[in-house]
Amino acid sequence: MLRVTIDNITIEVEEGTTILNAARKIGGKIVPPAMCYYSKLKGSGGKCRTCLVKVATTSELDPRPLPKLVPSCSTLVQNGMHVQNITSEQVLQERKAIVEFLLINHPLDCPVCDQAGECDLQNLSYEHGLEETRYEEERREFAPVNFGEKIKLHMNRCILCYRCVYAAEQITNERVHGVLYRGDVAEISTFVENFIDNDFSGNIIDVCPVGALTDRTFRFKNRVWFTKAMDAHRDCEKCSGKVVLWMFGDEIYRITGRKDEYGEVEEFICNDCRFENKNVSDWIIEGLRKIKRSSVISQNHYEKLTKQSIIKPIEGKMEQQE
Amino acid sequence: MGRKILLEKINISGIESFDIYRKSGGYSAVEKALKTMTPVDVVEEVKKSGLRGRGGAGFPTGMKWGFIDRKSDKPHYLICNADESEPGTFKDRYLMEHLPHLLIEGMICSAFALEAHTAYIYIRGEFKYLIGILNNALSEAYANGFLGKNILGTTFSLDIYVHPGAGAYICGEETALIESLEGKRGNPRLKPPFPAFVGLFGCPTVVNNVETLAAISPILNMGGDFYSKLGNGKSTGTKLISACGNINKPGVYEIEMGITVEDFIYSEEYCGGIKGGKKLKAVIPGGSSVPVLPADLILKTAAGQPRLMTYESLAEGGFETGTMLGSGGFIVYDEDQCMVRNTLSFARFYHHESCGQCSPCREGTGWQERLLTRIENGEGRLKDIDLLADISKHIEGNTICPLGDAAAWPVSSAIRHFRKEFEFHIQFPEIVKNIRHGNIDKYL
Repeated sequence: MLRVTIDNITIEVEEGTTILNAARKIGGKIVPPAMCYYSKLKGSGGKCRTCLVKVATTSELDPRPLPKLVPSCSTLVQNGMHVQNITSEQVLQERKAIVEFLLINHPLDCPVCDQAGECDLQNLSYEHGLEETRYEEERREFAPVNFGEKIKLHMNRCILCYRCVYAAEQITNERVHGVLYRGDVAEISTFVENFIDNDFSGNIIDVCPVGALTDRTFRFKNRVWFTKAMDAHRDCEKCSGKVVLWMFGDEIYRITGRKDEYGEVEEFICNDCRFENKNVSDWIIEGLRKIKRSSVISQNHYEKLTKQSIIKPIEGKMEQQE
Repeated sequence: MGRKILLEKINISGIESFDIYRKSGGYSAVEKALKTMTPVDVVEEVKKSGLRGRGGAGFPTGMKWGFIDRKSDKPHYLICNADESEPGTFKDRYLMEHLPHLLIEGMICSAFALEAHTAYIYIRGEFKYLIGILNNALSEAYANGFLGKNILGTTFSLDIYVHPGAGAYICGEETALIESLEGKRGNPRLKPPFPAFVGLFGCPTVVNNVETLAAISPILNMGGDFYSKLGNGKSTGTKLISACGNINKPGVYEIEMGITVEDFIYSEEYCGGIKGGKKLKAVIPGGSSVPVLPADLILKTAAGQPRLMTYESLAEGGFETGTMLGSGGFIVYDEDQCMVRNTLSFARFYHHESCGQCSPCREGTGWQERLLTRIENGEGRLKDIDLLADISKHIEGNTICPLGDAAAWPVSSAIRHFRKEFEFHIQFPEIVKNIRHGNIDKYL
């Protein structure tokens, strides 16, 4: 076991754990935000740079700090490592800058975006973003594209996290889309339009942290914060059948996988469950789902991240430990 | 005349061919290494020489070779990085065009040292004409028993393949190069793990620059100790400098490290002074990605010492008053050059070449270009200068690979040293539109 200290909280983790996963073990506000890392997708992470943290002490053997901020999602913990996330002014400054970078080409069309209310980028910019943008130039623009009958791509909103590429590669039997071109004109695309169609393709909607990939069957039907999230399951040959029904009255508007507090689904579900069974009678309803994430759907209880509100509870925790 | 090591035989006519190269003493290092030395001996010799990577980062080559995982039961690979695409740098293509066998000889010795039996030359796609030259040289080497199975009757076998890239600057970054060589999109990998452990096809791999590999056979011939005495301090040996810009004699020069920058710019042996007798304005000494320095700081350090052509001397003063030797792409600007337009041109390049994988570089490089375009077109505001400096500060150090740094440094250094010019562009757009050059002193 390795001992690692993150924002003055010490925890023991197994060898091969990343800083981010160690922080998630501690939980709470010291967990760095992650837009591209997805624990269930191999190879994901390291791209968005929102989870950058400062390593103040590399290890017991090498007490020097690391010269640059490191991505916590892909940096492994070493014994005696000291990490600063929200206790480092530099980390918070750089995170602000990264959020600004992510937003300069984002259309900020939340009012007409189906992802609004459960969008990682929305949460991230609420917590770490600047109040107004310094960007006055033109934004890149792409026309929306349909990936088959069920999935819509709004490339304007994409932050190129590559999650959908990894998901298609790892959980569907064939990946038919990828990233074309490079730099800020890179786009998620299929070679043949309307092509993504297989039993698990709907999961690329769930892994998308923003509103780039959305469910066409839910498009403009309702806002997520008006719907009621219900855990439910059914017998399914293809997947676990464990889903969340997003209901309004007695009607099922949308079906997704069960997402945890970091926006990751517990189990990937098949397209039959996601798109084809929208009658209440198809499902055994388990009960209301508690949404843990700070988001519009958690009853508008947004809390702004301020230094006092972060550091004070940590100091309390520190004293308890001593 | 300064000492020539790499380009010693450049004037022998027909040196591109195996026979003439062999007659003038070529491939003796291969004989020496394979017949009288062990792989570890060769690594030790290179360590002793103090040779530093010539691709730009200046990392000690012997140390890099020392990292290779010899215990691994996987095959080892050697890759020659011939994806030279840094604006201002054109030394490798000169070397490959005229001395292909020097590179091949160096690669054989290096592969022997690394116990690699397959080596690749990853060459920039635009260097189409060089692919034929290299393939010719390789087939000559095969025909004469210096490549293939049981080289010179020893147990060592080696195959070298030439692989052209598709013209992406990012594929010069070693992990992006490896991805590209594997047939994937050329996105840099996260490090660690470093290629010495997990490289090409997941096997231990060393990636070296053309010039680095070309220096191996002279080092083995003359001995690492002797080589380490050449040059100056930790900058041992000789370095190819590709000089361009407003000078009388642009071209590729081999210098012994330690000559002064002033000597290099003004002496007849090298650049031959500024064209048209104009004044020197600024120099970028190591390819477009290193910080630009104004004339006073490139000729003398902030402490008043003459600036030398070494890794250390050029870096003296950090980024406040120093720069880097980088890849040796020496770009000279005379008094009439506009630093804003020049910075815009670099910013456009890095925006175009960013792979788009990580957000600070993908978004930041484009923002830099758009802001600079506005300033250059006379539509800037004074606060844009600080914004630009702030953007480059946040790209720097926050990206997966060094392209982010490379995109940020030209912009931040230009603002640091030539802020007046940026302000002039913003305050007097009409004048700027008409004069289109950077000699603003007479207007101030």
